[in-house]
Amino acid sequence: MVALSLNASLLLACMLFCIGLAGVLIRRNLLFMLMSLDIMLNAAALLFVAAGAHWHDSGGQVMFLMILALAAAETAVGLAIILALHARGRPSLDADTGNLLRG
Amino acid sequence: MPYLLPLLVFFPLASAIFLFVTAGRLSARTVGWVATGAIGLSALCSITLACFFLFSAVPAPIHIILWEWMHTQAFSADIAFTLDPVSLVMILVVTIVGFLIHLYAIRYMEEEPGIARFFGSMTLFVASMLVLVLASDLFCLFIGWEGVGICSYLLIGFWYENPVNTAAARKAFYMTRIGDTAMLCGLLLLATTTGSLHIETLLATLHAGQIGPDVLTAATLFLLIGALAKSAQIPFQTWLPDAMAGPTPTSALIHAATMVTAGIYLIARLHELFTAAPLVMMLTSIIGALTLMMAACTALVQTDLKRILAWSTISQLGYMFLALGTGVWQAALFHLMTHAFFKALLFLTAGALIARLHHEQDIFRMGGLYRTMPGLTVAFLAGASALAGLPLVTSGFYSKEMILSSIWSAHFPLLPGSFPLAHILWGIALTGAFLTSLYIFRCIFIVFFNTHKTESTGSTPRLMAIPLACLSFLSLFGGVIEMPDTLAPIHLFTHFLSAPLPHAEEPVWLLLAGASAPIAGVVIAWVLWGRATPVMQEIPGQATIIRVAKEGWGVDALYAFLFVQPFRFLVWLTRHDVLDYLITGIGRMVRAISSFLEHTRTRFLTLSSGRTTLLLQSGDTLLARVQNGRVRWYAAWIVAGLCAALASGVVP
Repeated sequence: MVALSLNASLLLACMLFCIGLAGVLIRRNLLFMLMSLDIMLNAAALLFVAAGAHWHDSGGQVMFLMILALAAAETAVGLAIILALHARGRPSLDADTGNLLRG
Repeated sequence: MPYLLPLLVFFPLASAIFLFVTAGRLSARTVGWVATGAIGLSALCSITLACFFLFSAVPAPIHIILWEWMHTQAFSADIAFTLDPVSLVMILVVTIVGFLIHLYAIRYMEEEPGIARFFGSMTLFVASMLVLVLASDLFCLFIGWEGVGICSYLLIGFWYENPVNTAAARKAFYMTRIGDTAMLCGLLLLATTTGSLHIETLLATLHAGQIGPDVLTAATLFLLIGALAKSAQIPFQTWLPDAMAGPTPTSALIHAATMVTAGIYLIARLHELFTAAPLVMMLTSIIGALTLMMAACTALVQTDLKRILAWSTISQLGYMFLALGTGVWQAALFHLMTHAFFKALLFLTAGALIARLHHEQDIFRMGGLYRTMPGLTVAFLAGASALAGLPLVTSGFYSKEMILSSIWSAHFPLLPGSFPLAHILWGIALTGAFLTSLYIFRCIFIVFFNTHKTESTGSTPRLMAIPLACLSFLSLFGGVIEMPDTLAPIHLFTHFLSAPLPHAEEPVWLLLAGASAPIAGVVIAWVLWGRATPVMQEIPGQATIIRVAKEGWGVDALYAFLFVQPFRFLVWLTRHDVLDYLITGIGRMVRAISSFLEHTRTRFLTLSSGRTTLLLQSGDTLLARVQNGRVRWYAAWIVAGLCAALASGVVP
């Protein structure tokens, strides 16, 4: 298999990050926002892996595993918030409606 | 005998105080009689003193010290009286003429509501005048000098409701005050030199040669100014005609017979002092000559009877100053005496006449009065003849003749012998005598002869007629006590003064000239005004020169321009308080500036704080807007911040 060069993997990670960021900024649906966040995290994780591969360091892969766990936890918390909102009688996925404290 | 001296002053003074205290509570008659009685007692005292003096074997001056006024090491002054022949003549004139005038005034002033004030002032005047003439200390004399001034002021302004009268009173007071100040300067100068103003001490110091010529000239000059102001000579002559605003007895007593002669008396009293200052003597005689000429010319064109008499008084006083200046003070004193008689007579007659003509004073509205008031005509004629100095039958002739003949032979040590100043002065005096006769007989012809013009009422009361008769007698025969050598060697007056005139041989033509001038005046007056169709038909304001002369040659206007207007300007300045205005203005300006500054500051602060608030508000709104709670916006901000950080890192 042809290994990707560092530059290409950096570019890919950057694109992924930008896509995720755009998703977070543009989409109002909380679920999509969570998914976009995951894309961004994965972009970062990809960067670690690429870097680890480039410098032959295993630390990159370790960081990937940690980010994976972080992403899972984050997604879990986000979904829990959505569920909590539902439980409180706000059955909306629109992120902009929740702009007030005392929600 | 000496105790009569204080009594002489005491009677009028007591009467004045009594009258002032009881003013308004006594009847007019009582007031008049109290005053007249007091003056009468004084007159009796003075006659007694005169008898004592005349019949005592060796008449010695009486000195009496009432009390010591002040005594320091360097200076002493007493309230002290001296009776010597000079002051005896004066007290006789003051008390006898004063008595007759008071007698006259009882009826004349009967109707006046302020009669107590009038008689109080009159008697106070007599008391002051007696102090003046009796004083042996010049400081004491100055008390009397000021006293007569204040009484004159009070009496000129007697009818104070009319502002013209009070203005005349003020004018007289101010004018004489100038002289008083000068006189005080002279007195103080003498006092610092000699340490005493006692006349005898002063003369002793003079004879010891302890008074330097400069000091002497300065002091006598100051005293001369005082005398000139009191006696209304050039340049102070303007107050006397206006002083006629007072009641006629006042004009007769104060402004004709006695007070205005105080200046003459002062110089006569100090004649030794003045003789030692030849410059001042010359000045005195020249001023006297100028005044007599100028006043006679002015009297010639007046139309107001009392003003004619006032100017004639100034003119006669000029004669006296002329005599004093040429050193013949005896003649001045003699003329003073006869003048007191006939001028009092003229004034009193004029007063009686004016009262009967319903207070008409314009001589051109009178006429033919000899038919309705023959008595007054005779009295006025007697006075006028004496004033004109008609030869032999009047007192004025003898006194004026004495002056005229002594001027001719006078000599002035300061001038080169060839300069005939004495002869020039004699010529002026002779012309003055002619003019005197001309103006007074003009008055007589217009008032008593001519056609009948005004209605007269009543008759002159006997109480007023008696003084007129006495004064007529004195005017006609009071002069025979002193005669020129050419007529008869009678020298009672100068003998009494123990100061005989230096008798040079007097040419007969000198006497004839002196005698013919008045007669010529009468004749020309008759030609001009006496005939049925008068040559001179005077219309008021006929010619410019007459108008100017009538107003006293514009001296009043000149003084108004030179002194009154600048003074008024000063008064205006002080009344409007320019400095105060300035300070107030500066204060106002400062206040305006500070209020402007405060306003500006307030506006600036308001504006800036407002702007700041606005800015903060908008910032606040902006920040509030930023913190909108929307997650996506926060994320966007984070990105933006990140981008900015990165950009700042990348861009150097």
